[in-house]
Amino acid sequence: MAGFREAQGDLRLDSVTKAFGDFTAVDDIELHVPRGSFFALLGPSGCGKTTTLRMIAGLEQPTAGRVMIGDTDLTGSRPYERPVNTVFQSYALFPHLTIRDNVAFGPKRRKEQDAAKRADDALELVQMTQFAARKPAQLSGGQQQRVALARALVNHPEVLLLDEPLGALDLKLRREMQVELKRIQTEVGLTFIHVTHDQEEAMTMADTVAVMNKGHIEQLGAPAALYDLPKTRFVANFLGQANTGVGTIKDTDGDHLVAEVLGTPVKILKSRSQVHDGEVVFGVRPEKVTVSRTQPDGVGNDVRGVVRDVSFLGVATSYLVDMPSGATWSCYEQNLDVEPLDLRPGDEVWLTWNPGHAFGVPVDDR
Amino acid sequence: MTTTTAPASAPYRPSAAKRAQLWLANHFAMLSAILVLLYLFLPVAYTFAFSFNDHGKTNIVWQGFTWKHWQDPCRVAGACESLVTSLQVGAISTLVATVLGTLMALAMVRYRFRGKAASNVLIFVPMATPEIVMGAALLTIFVQGFSNIGISLGFGTIVFAHIMFCLSFVVVTVKARVQSLDPRIEEAAQDLYASPMQTFWKVTFPLILPGILGAAMLAFSLSFDDFIITNFVSGNESTFPKFVYVASRRGIPAEANVIGFSMFVLAVLLVIGAQVVGSWRANRVKG
Amino acid sequence: MSGLAQASVAPAAAEVTAGGDDQRPTRRSWTAYLLLLPGALWLGVFFVLPLVQLATVSLQSRFPGFPGYYYRDVNFQNYVSALTDYGPHFLRSFVYAGLATFLAFVVAYPLAYAMAFKAGKWRNLMMICVVAPFFTSFILRTFAWSQILADEGWVAGILNFLHLLPSGHIINTPLAVVAGLTYNFLPFMVLPIYASLERADPRVIEAGGDLYADGFTTFRTVTLPMSMPGVLAGTLLTFIPAAGDFVNMELLGPQRGKMVGNVINDQFLAIPGGYPVAAALSFTLMAAILVMVFLYVRRFGTEELV
Repeated sequence: MAGFREAQGDLRLDSVTKAFGDFTAVDDIELHVPRGSFFALLGPSGCGKTTTLRMIAGLEQPTAGRVMIGDTDLTGSRPYERPVNTVFQSYALFPHLTIRDNVAFGPKRRKEQDAAKRADDALELVQMTQFAARKPAQLSGGQQQRVALARALVNHPEVLLLDEPLGALDLKLRREMQVELKRIQTEVGLTFIHVTHDQEEAMTMADTVAVMNKGHIEQLGAPAALYDLPKTRFVANFLGQANTGVGTIKDTDGDHLVAEVLGTPVKILKSRSQVHDGEVVFGVRPEKVTVSRTQPDGVGNDVRGVVRDVSFLGVATSYLVDMPSGATWSCYEQNLDVEPLDLRPGDEVWLTWNPGHAFGVPVDDR
Repeated sequence: MTTTTAPASAPYRPSAAKRAQLWLANHFAMLSAILVLLYLFLPVAYTFAFSFNDHGKTNIVWQGFTWKHWQDPCRVAGACESLVTSLQVGAISTLVATVLGTLMALAMVRYRFRGKAASNVLIFVPMATPEIVMGAALLTIFVQGFSNIGISLGFGTIVFAHIMFCLSFVVVTVKARVQSLDPRIEEAAQDLYASPMQTFWKVTFPLILPGILGAAMLAFSLSFDDFIITNFVSGNESTFPKFVYVASRRGIPAEANVIGFSMFVLAVLLVIGAQVVGSWRANRVKG
Repeated sequence: MSGLAQASVAPAAAEVTAGGDDQRPTRRSWTAYLLLLPGALWLGVFFVLPLVQLATVSLQSRFPGFPGYYYRDVNFQNYVSALTDYGPHFLRSFVYAGLATFLAFVVAYPLAYAMAFKAGKWRNLMMICVVAPFFTSFILRTFAWSQILADEGWVAGILNFLHLLPSGHIINTPLAVVAGLTYNFLPFMVLPIYASLERADPRVIEAGGDLYADGFTTFRTVTLPMSMPGVLAGTLLTFIPAAGDFVNMELLGPQRGKMVGNVINDQFLAIPGGYPVAAALSFTLMAAILVMVFLYVRRFGTEELV
């Protein structure tokens, strides 16, 4: 293959920018993905995640910056010159070729001697061997998904890109494929970069998640860390639910900052707040909030409210609680008690949380 | 409605007149469609019937049955010669127009470039120009302009003209097919190490082939049936439509009906054949 | 009391749109020019250049005493005589073509409607039936109409029996010309209307029926507007060739009272020295049609023509 660039190592994006006319889709991002990791790019539609992916694949060229794998600069090379393969959104299988020919397409272009054999091996890896002679139109969505995966994996790319690969599947299949993808990634040990707008999908599958918004990477880290300690208001809201409110930092109390949120003082650990004076967005996750009928004694913050809605979910019960100010908080209680709380809409309750779970983020995202 | 369930109250039964009215309302569109189709086939039936007319000087009024026109349709001077010319013109024009038009369609759908709007106009305007104006314009340039460089009216000028007016129709037909193709499929091919040429021949071309074939069929039928432009640029060369038109001054011989009807049957068989092959392939895919 | 006024329950995922944020690829444009060049060149040499030549011819003057010889000139007299001498011909062309277009619409619509919504598995067969008649030669078909409409034929016979024909003839009258024009360009009306109806969702029409109950109102307020792009394309595709046609007039029409197409054809091919006026006539015809197309498209605006 003329011009094909062998490359090994970590994937790096160096100050990569992509502009379409006046619109900057990706704005000066830095990214370092260690070899062999499962990396997710998470964000709402229009955040630039797919553009980023397409630049790694070579389907778009960055306006500025470099795309590197190991020490090899891939910037400017064409898609067919890169050791990178993509599992496309809606799969993009070749409708006129059989499943086997679809999978053998890449190896044949690279003039591999054992293209057919490798195609069969790849089909076996995704458990699609018995469909090898069929055409894509004869397969279900989930089966097409597996073929698309095999078609990319058969080339042993250094980096495998997945563009919303599970978007077209129903919920049950999606769960199955999440597990399957994770298994295959562990088995082949390749770098996977997974683009998705589904935060749950990103958190269950990836080792590292980068949350993107408006062409920037807002925060990057392990899923648990991102969830536990978001650093921007966008991440707090996009990744799971958060009960938030805007306040002003008034005082410090040992390790804690004391912020006043519309008359009520709340505590945030200094180490868990991104701002230490002025305005702050205070937040706490719903499952960190405890609902009780009476005012509990303890070190926690507590607030009074009125139950608006109760949803029994089996493993947990979800409450919507109206605050006197008019805001509504969301709380999850695990159903562990022998005697359930048995709250009804209209009941007065106390909400408490450990200040160690609260976080503070800046009011303005960029 | 079955009576076995025996509803408490008697089931509603509209009167006969009401039922007829309902039936008519339900089938109005289909009935009128069938009438229109009959209307469309009426002249074809006449062409067929009058190919058996044992006519004298003119073939206007039915005079008696004969097989003689079918036995040797080439007996009339010029009939088969002009048919051969038409087939040759059609074949060459179709080939060139399909190739050029397909390239243009690919450029129009797959690329962004300066001058695209102008190109669109250049492709659209020939379709919106009356044939007689195109014919007249071609005649003036062939006679007053291109004759200086050794081009005279005849077979060549007919082909040049036919390629020109077929081109736009090819572009529009192929364009529709290319537009319906998911661009991700071509990206996938590139992603899987296919160079641009390989991407075209291994993926794009097989997928737009039905559109290209459809465009070629359209181009051939446009070329084969053209009279107005051909009449302007053909000089002494005669195509089949021109032969029929010239003959019509004296009375079209029934041999022309024989040839015309045979071409009709051939074309219909071809279209039905293509449909059958198409649905057979579709069924095979569905398995 | 707590007053977390701006507290909110954030949605789990801000947006769940599958489309993603993909952008269409921009490819290098020189390839596009390369692909475009041969076809564009062909259209340039055999469409644009001839029109330019036609324009210059329309301004040429005759050498007196040498019919068929012209000299380069800027003679607008050609246009004056095109309009004054042949005004009625223009009028007839447009009126006959307009009538034929309207009749074609009336005939084509039920057929297109039935194909789109009622035909079911017969759809492909009906499609073949619409196109098939047009595989016989245009001239032969028109000639067949001269047989059908002949004085000795059954159509004239029936109409005469009912005393519906004042002159006693159909053939060689404008009526026959309009009939021929209507027939010959019918598929150009049927196919675009069918295409736009087929794209329409039949449930929308059912909803119309559900809300209005009256069949005609549903047609007027729902079905017809949905098929407007097709009707628009169909009327243009029928009107343009009909207005420029001369074959129907030649084979079916009267000896006197021709259309503009006949004049252009005769002036170019039969009458020596007719080039400049014929060229002026052609240009006027083209300009008139382009203006009409432009106004028409502006009025019923659509982008789906190309």
